[in-house]
Amino acid sequence: MEGKIKLDIVSAEQELFSKEVEMVYAPAEMGEVGITPKHTPLITKLRPGDVRAQISKDEVETFFVSGGILEVQPNEVTILSDTALRGEDLDEERAMEAERLAQEAMKNSSSDVDTAKAKSELLQAAAQLRLIKKLKSKAKK
Amino acid sequence: MSGSQEIRSQIASIQNTQKITKAMEMVAASKMKKAQDQMTMARPYADKILNVISHLAHAHPEYESDFLSSRDVSKKGYIIVSSDRGLCGGLNNNLFKKVLDQVEIDKSTSINSAFSLIGNKSTSFFQRVGGEVIAKTSQLGDKPKIEQVLGLIKSTIDKFLGKEIDELYVVYNRFINTVSQEPVVQKILPISVMEKNDDYNFYWDYIYEPDAKDVLESLFTRYLESLIYRAIVENLACEQASRMVAMKAASDNASDLISELQLIYNKNRQAAITQEISEIISGAAAL
Repeated sequence: MEGKIKLDIVSAEQELFSKEVEMVYAPAEMGEVGITPKHTPLITKLRPGDVRAQISKDEVETFFVSGGILEVQPNEVTILSDTALRGEDLDEERAMEAERLAQEAMKNSSSDVDTAKAKSELLQAAAQLRLIKKLKSKAKK
Repeated sequence: MSGSQEIRSQIASIQNTQKITKAMEMVAASKMKKAQDQMTMARPYADKILNVISHLAHAHPEYESDFLSSRDVSKKGYIIVSSDRGLCGGLNNNLFKKVLDQVEIDKSTSINSAFSLIGNKSTSFFQRVGGEVIAKTSQLGDKPKIEQVLGLIKSTIDKFLGKEIDELYVVYNRFINTVSQEPVVQKILPISVMEKNDDYNFYWDYIYEPDAKDVLESLFTRYLESLIYRAIVENLACEQASRMVAMKAASDNASDLISELQLIYNKNRQAAITQEISEIISGAAAL
């Protein structure tokens, strides 16, 4: 093995792995890929599956990714891992749910922002806060 | 002495309230710490994805995408990140005010607005004042997962790609420190192309699998998701910080009230004793 390659596995919520490794195997969408140092720049989507990091000859660490993106530079590999299972259908379902909730919540409201009403409401809230502060400073005296 | 009895029960009830506000203050402090940790943990992903995108911008300057190209604006979209619960000072209201100012300015130039709402507080606010709402989600809890907002993000981005909205902003509170948070309106779509880095003046490109468009689109989507996730976590830290400060103020107020009442109580008691003594003395003198 000549040289090593820097592997970073990150998800939106945390960093999962960051180390020099000899080789990386990842479940790319077009089939599993093995990345060694000095690989050509490559960018591909990942399927759900295992990412194996060959740290040394007899040390392998395995991570499960539920999809994501693999980016390869000659001396570094970045895996942007998803934390949730994705898929057109699943995403679509989630989107519909969010829209349904919105419609439900806004059933009884007009579709145009009543800025005057909103402003007055905010002013009221601010006035309340100010009043509390005033009362407090009075109490101090 | 019914007066002192009343004062005593009042003191006891204020003490109970104070116990609650003190507990809430401490809970908020520890939750704020956790939210801050989450903010730090989310950073590597955002940095990495930004790296990849800037690589792409250099490798593919001629690449045109709906995510990147700006167009004339006739409607703006806002993703509003608010808290689920109250008792956190003016945090949410400051945020709404910031948005409304923008909305009002746009209205005068006949630009419409649509909203996607995260958190109960923004939902109930827009329920009262009206507005076009694209999607909403709430109850993210103390440890928000990106999964919980994917639906909202997708339907909002779809509106952008479908040209129903022409610009997208995320509105949240930026965490400056424990005592100060700043409401911000940050533009996230179209993605602004970052400036060219002169270190990359040779030409190279990635191999794309399966094809460039597919990969780039999912990359941009994830970039937006990471921005919005970051906004949510940061807003959470702000919420807890703001609650901590509010609860500290409440506990202090309670202490003030208690010491005042205690003073009145003591004076009352002293007066009663004095009166009793003078009654006894005058009684003895009369004998």
